[in-house]
Amino acid sequence: MKKSIFKSRWLPYALIAPQLLVVIVFFFWPALDSLRLSLYQVSPFGDKKIFVGVQNFVGLLISPEYHRSVLHSFIFSGAVTFLGLTVSLFLASLANQKIRGLPFYRTAVLWTYGIAPPVSGVIWLMIFHPSYGILTYLLSMVTRYEFNWLLKGWVAIVLIVLAATWAHLGYNVLFFLAGLQTIPKSVVDAARVDGASGLSLFRWVTLPLLSPVTFFLFIMNMVFSFFETFGLIHAVTQGGPGDTTTIMVYKTYLDGFVSLRIGVSAAQSAILMALVIFLTVLQFRYTERKVFY
Amino acid sequence: MKTKKDLLTTALLILFFTSLCILPSTGFAKTKIVWWHAHTGNIGDRVKDIVNKFNSSQSEYEVEAVYKGSYPETLTAAIAAYRAKTHPQIIQVQEIATQTMLSSGAVYPVYQLMSDEKIKINWADFISVVKSYYSYKGNLYSMPFNSSTAILYYNKTLLKKAGFKADKPPSTFEEIDKAAKAAVTSGATKIGFTVAWPSWTLMENMHAWHDCPFADQENGFAGLATQLKINDQLSERLMDLLSRWQGQGIFTYSGRGSRGDQPIINGEAAIGIASTALVGTLTKTAKFEWGTGFLPRLSGYSQGNSIIGGASLFVMKGHKAEEYKAVAKFLEFLSKPEQQAWWHAETGYLPVSNAALKALQATDHFKKNPNMWTAFAQISSGKNTVNTQGVRLGNLIAIRDNIEAEMENILTNKKTSKQGLNDAVKAGNQLLKEFASMYK
Repeated sequence: MKKSIFKSRWLPYALIAPQLLVVIVFFFWPALDSLRLSLYQVSPFGDKKIFVGVQNFVGLLISPEYHRSVLHSFIFSGAVTFLGLTVSLFLASLANQKIRGLPFYRTAVLWTYGIAPPVSGVIWLMIFHPSYGILTYLLSMVTRYEFNWLLKGWVAIVLIVLAATWAHLGYNVLFFLAGLQTIPKSVVDAARVDGASGLSLFRWVTLPLLSPVTFFLFIMNMVFSFFETFGLIHAVTQGGPGDTTTIMVYKTYLDGFVSLRIGVSAAQSAILMALVIFLTVLQFRYTERKVFY
Repeated sequence: MKTKKDLLTTALLILFFTSLCILPSTGFAKTKIVWWHAHTGNIGDRVKDIVNKFNSSQSEYEVEAVYKGSYPETLTAAIAAYRAKTHPQIIQVQEIATQTMLSSGAVYPVYQLMSDEKIKINWADFISVVKSYYSYKGNLYSMPFNSSTAILYYNKTLLKKAGFKADKPPSTFEEIDKAAKAAVTSGATKIGFTVAWPSWTLMENMHAWHDCPFADQENGFAGLATQLKINDQLSERLMDLLSRWQGQGIFTYSGRGSRGDQPIINGEAAIGIASTALVGTLTKTAKFEWGTGFLPRLSGYSQGNSIIGGASLFVMKGHKAEEYKAVAKFLEFLSKPEQQAWWHAETGYLPVSNAALKALQATDHFKKNPNMWTAFAQISSGKNTVNTQGVRLGNLIAIRDNIEAEMENILTNKKTSKQGLNDAVKAGNQLLKEFASMYK
C-alpha cells in the first residue's frame, strides 16, 4: 500500500480543517445540543429550562402515540424497502439486457432520483387528490370505491409507500444495474454450460453475486424511508388521517416545530440518532465482510 | 460527489459571511424595521400593498415585509431568531399561539409600546371579540391584524340544481341535513357539506356559539387552564351527527387546517363552514352563485357568539429605541380606519375598530357586498359570555392537532364519538399540565 507523505506535520490537518469545521459545526454540535436538550423540559422560547433527567424518554416509552409512530415507521420502511428493491431489481435486470432503445429506458428509470421528495409529493398529491386527482376519479369510476386517503388510513399508507418507492427507484436501479454489470460473464457462461437457465440462473448465480449491493441498498432504503421521506409526508398527508402516516421523524417534527415541545422532540431525535448509528454500524461491518457468496 | 457538495457549502458560507460585512455599509438614513408574516397568494399581495402604502406615506421609516412560510414555520423561525438575537421587530402569530407568546417573556406589549411612544389609540373602540382575544388583564398585548370568524357558505348554483330553494342559508343542522342530502342524492355534487379548520370551526367555535365552555378557567382567560371540557354532550351530538353524515355521503371530511377551503372555493361543496377570509377570494374568483349565513345551531343550547381566528402582530423585545418608534408608527398606521376598511374590503378579514366599521357603513360597501356583512351581523347578534372570549391555552397548537386526529378516528368509525372525545381530552390535559408545570 502506498502512503502519501507530507513534509509538514500540520499540513494534512490544515487541509482537512475546513471539512472538519463544517462537520463539527453542522453535525456534531447540533447533535450534542439535542442530546443535552433531551434531558430538559424547555419552554418554546428557551427562556425556561427545567432539568427532568430521563423523564422525556420515559414519557415517550409509555406513550401509545409514540409506539404507534414507531410501528408506522417500521411498516412504512419495510414496505418501501421491500417494494423498492423488488421492483428496481426487476427493472435493472430488464435494463441490463440487449434491447433496442436501451439508453432511453435507462434514463427513464433513473431520472426519478433527480426529483426532490416534496416535489414528488406534490406530483402524487395532484394525481391522487380525493377532490381533483385524476387517478382517484378514474379509480372511483371503475371500482365504485372512494379512494379518499384524507379519511382512509390504508389508502394513505399505500399512497405514501408508492410515492416513496417511486421517488427512490432511480437510485436503486442505478446500483443494481452497476452490480449486474460487474457479474463476470464467465461465471454466467459456466452456469449456462452446467444447464442453469432463466430463473435458476437468476436465483443461484445472479442473486448471490448481487448480495453486497442488495445489502447496501437495503440499509440505504431503510435510512431513506425513515428520514428523507419527511418532505413527502409533509406535502401530502401531514401525518393523517388520525396518525396513520405519522412516522417517527414526522412526529419529531410535529412535537418540536408545530407544538414547540422542544425537550420531547429532542428526546425523539436522540432515539432516531441511535437508530442511524445502529444501521450505519451494521452497514460497515457487513459490507466490509462482503456479505457472503 | 460528496466533496463537491461540501465545497459548495463552504463557498456559500464564505459568500454569506462576506455579505454580512458588506450589507450594513449600504444602509439608508431611514430607520428600517422588519415584519415576518405568513401570507401568500392574494392576501400576501395585499400585505405588500399595505407596507408599500406605509413606506410611501412618510420618509423616515421603512418596513420590510418578509414571507416566512406557514404560521407554525413563521413562529419557529422567529423563536430560533430570537434565541440567536437576530429576530425581526414584528412577527405575525396565529391566534392559538397567543398564550405561548404571552408566557414567553419575549414580547413588548403593544399597549405599553404605544403609551411609551405617546401615541394615542382608542382601544375602547376596538371590536370586543377581537380585543378580548389578544388582551391580558384588560390590556392589548398584540396588534390584531387579520381577524376572521367562522361563517357558513352555501353554493346557490348547486342547491338550485338539486331542486332546492336557495333563497336563504340553512340556519340549523337539521336544515343542513336536508339541503346537503338533496345536493348529494340529486347528483348535483359529491360534497354536500364540509368544513375547513375542523377543530376551530367544529370545536372552538361551536362551543362558543352554543355558550359552552371549551376549557376550565374561562377557557384560560382567568388563569392557566388545566382541563379541557370538550367531551361534553354538545361535542358528542355534533360528532355523532357528522360521522353518521360521513357514512351517508352527506358530509365530506376535507382534511386538517385550511384544506377544507378548496372544495368551497372550487364550487364543489354545497354547504361549508370556513373562515370569513374566503369571502374576498370567492368575490374575485367564484364562477357560481354563492351566499353566506350564520353558523348553524343545534337545538337546546343558549345563544353565545362566534370566536375569532387569524393572527395578530407581536412586537419583540431587544431592539433599538428608534426602531420601536418606527414600529409604533406602523401599528398606528395599520389601526387607522381607512387602512382597516381597505384591508377588510380586499380580503374579507374583519376591520378591528368600530370607527372603520362605521366608515364602511357610510359607503355602499356592505350593500354591494352583503356577504362581507354576514360576519358582523353574526358577531353583533351573538351574546358575549365567558365562553365567547376565545380559547387561550398553552400548547393549543398541539391540542388542536390532537383533536383533529381524534375527529378523524371518529369519522372513520375507528372510535365512537365518546371514546374519541375522551381521548382528545386526556391527551389535551396532559399537554396543559406540561405547559402549566413550566410557568408555575
